[in-house]
Amino acid sequence: MKFTWFHLMPYRFLPEDFKEKYHSVWVDIPRDLYDPKLGHRLYNDYLDQLEYADLMGFDGLGVNEHHQNAYGLMPSPNIMAAALSRRTRNASLVVLGNSIALYNPPIRVAEEFAMLDVISGGRLVAGFPVGTSMDTNFCYGEVPATIREKYYEAHDLIIKAWTSKDVFAFNGKYTKLRYVNLWPKPIQQPHPPIWIPGGGSVETYDFCADHDYQYSFLSYFGYIAGKKVADGYWEVMAKKNKELNPYSLGFAQVVAVSETDEQAEKDYAPHMDYFYNRCLHVYDGFADAPGYRTVKTIKAGILGQVGDRAAMRREGLKWKDFIEQGYVIAGSPKTVRERLREAMKSLNCGHLMMLMQIGSMPPELVRKSTSLFATEVMPHMRDLWSNFEDKWSPKRMPQNEIAMPANVHFQKAEANGKARAAAAASAEARSAK
Amino acid sequence: MNTTQKLLNGKFSLEMKVYGSGEPLLYLHGAGGLMPAEPFLEDLGKHFKVYAPQFPGYGESTGNEYIDDIADAVLFFHELMDELGIPTANIVGHSMGGMLAAEVAAFDIHRARKLVLIAPAGFWIDEVPIPDLFAAQLTEIAGLLFHDPKSAAAQMMTAIPSDFKALETMYVERVKRLATASKFLWPIPDRGLKKRAYRIHAPTLLLWGDDDKLIPPAYAKEFTSRIKNSKLELIKNAGHMVMYEQQEALVGAIRKFLKG
Repeated sequence: MKFTWFHLMPYRFLPEDFKEKYHSVWVDIPRDLYDPKLGHRLYNDYLDQLEYADLMGFDGLGVNEHHQNAYGLMPSPNIMAAALSRRTRNASLVVLGNSIALYNPPIRVAEEFAMLDVISGGRLVAGFPVGTSMDTNFCYGEVPATIREKYYEAHDLIIKAWTSKDVFAFNGKYTKLRYVNLWPKPIQQPHPPIWIPGGGSVETYDFCADHDYQYSFLSYFGYIAGKKVADGYWEVMAKKNKELNPYSLGFAQVVAVSETDEQAEKDYAPHMDYFYNRCLHVYDGFADAPGYRTVKTIKAGILGQVGDRAAMRREGLKWKDFIEQGYVIAGSPKTVRERLREAMKSLNCGHLMMLMQIGSMPPELVRKSTSLFATEVMPHMRDLWSNFEDKWSPKRMPQNEIAMPANVHFQKAEANGKARAAAAASAEARSAK
Repeated sequence: MNTTQKLLNGKFSLEMKVYGSGEPLLYLHGAGGLMPAEPFLEDLGKHFKVYAPQFPGYGESTGNEYIDDIADAVLFFHELMDELGIPTANIVGHSMGGMLAAEVAAFDIHRARKLVLIAPAGFWIDEVPIPDLFAAQLTEIAGLLFHDPKSAAAQMMTAIPSDFKALETMYVERVKRLATASKFLWPIPDRGLKKRAYRIHAPTLLLWGDDDKLIPPAYAKEFTSRIKNSKLELIKNAGHMVMYEQQEALVGAIRKFLKG
């Protein structure tokens, strides 16, 4: 069993009456709700948390891409992964991912992912989401009717750029390039493992199965509701005679650990409420642009992650309901151990993406939950799926070949700074004469 | 009368309404598409031979995957006119259909005998932003499209079926239609008509509901300033869906202009 500590990086300071007073947390949220000085604090806190997860032995550190929102503050997750690449040693950098249809040309993603893989010594997981409708259609203006076709074309270009030995020309419908010649190329050959985050589009099952990619189901309904999608995925895999290897399925789950079940409610209930009622307060009209989901997916009856129907389903739920319905796995280490094992077994899932900083949760609670999980839950779950080979984790360079960042001597830097300032002052004095 | 029209060896199969007889009139519908009954077109059919195809991707019409952009759509209509034996005709278009009708006339000056554009799309004015119909909820649509959102016509067009199966059918059809429309209108309905409108040689009548809240009448000058032989008539007490609110006035104005 593998564990990725996944950060959404929400804005923690939305007003109490946000849901009542504001239209949407995404797309048209007023800019004056964002305070860059608080933002500075948040980014640094959040990077600390991911670095802490690395120290605590989590297998992966997860980041993702969203635009114009307070739900997740990473328009570019690659910047976060770059920061982590220098300050972490062990964990995979799970960038889940870049919405490849948004980049013109999409080889920009192939280049940046290659850079991250090279800097980190082969620790990158490359995620290729289509992206939410809010991000792709409403914020980035992509035509809903053609975004999936553009996505598949971008995917083909990136894979070819990573695997081709020679310079090639690419004559796509959306991208035309006379010379494709990817420099640098990734450490992991032919390319980093590819994970496809999905929200339940049925086409994605086939896409993952056909390419042997890992399918990461990112849901906020939890493992009980998520079973329908996981079953759909395994059904497709079985039909295509693929190995039903649990490591080919990733699943996102809100997890929170405290000393006791009662203490967990005390600690985490308000932050869960913030998450479901403020972070996910998405105007229904932005949830699903016409054409974003295919007719096939709509007819499969898969509920979108956001929008009125999703909100309705959560309406009035209390902590007890969130726990019972599996939205959240929380409680004492013993409770979490048991429920998580049951959840992973029922989904046949080998890669758990854990949302451990939720909504407004402050750093000290994040640290507590992470630490309790790492010491009292994780070790007890490592045996799960040990008879399967994980083919979807990075194949990094040997530890002894990985470059170490040079020690940064802040005092020396400061002294250099003073010397430079003195030199500048005297130069100014000379020119004044 | 509903007919099926095939084009290019079945590449396109079109659901088409045909009414009346006389001088040919090609009607291009808006982003919402044709409704099961279109009394406005039936009325026009008393004076013209009306051809009203559902655009590929709407209703039963297929071939949407062959149309990506304005050029594809224009050539599709040229092909259709040739196939129908009306290489030149009066062309009437509403909203998105008005935008496409203007393009059909601009790409080939011989296609439109006369051109009627009813609240056409095709431009963007920063000071007069067009509300985002794609993000609008069913409950908001009547207010955007109608002068009187409480009227029977408005209520009928935006009614939400209570039966699940009917709701799903309606939802899927709406998604199909608007997804097709997004090829021309998303995220901003400007695909370069401003560069081409000068090529419209046909006498052109612009008709606009005086209370159009979706594409306000301020947009008319984008057309009248570029199309040499053009004029604007406002229709009183009408919103964007002029044909459902002021059918008689609209048909009267079209008839007078096309017969005059």
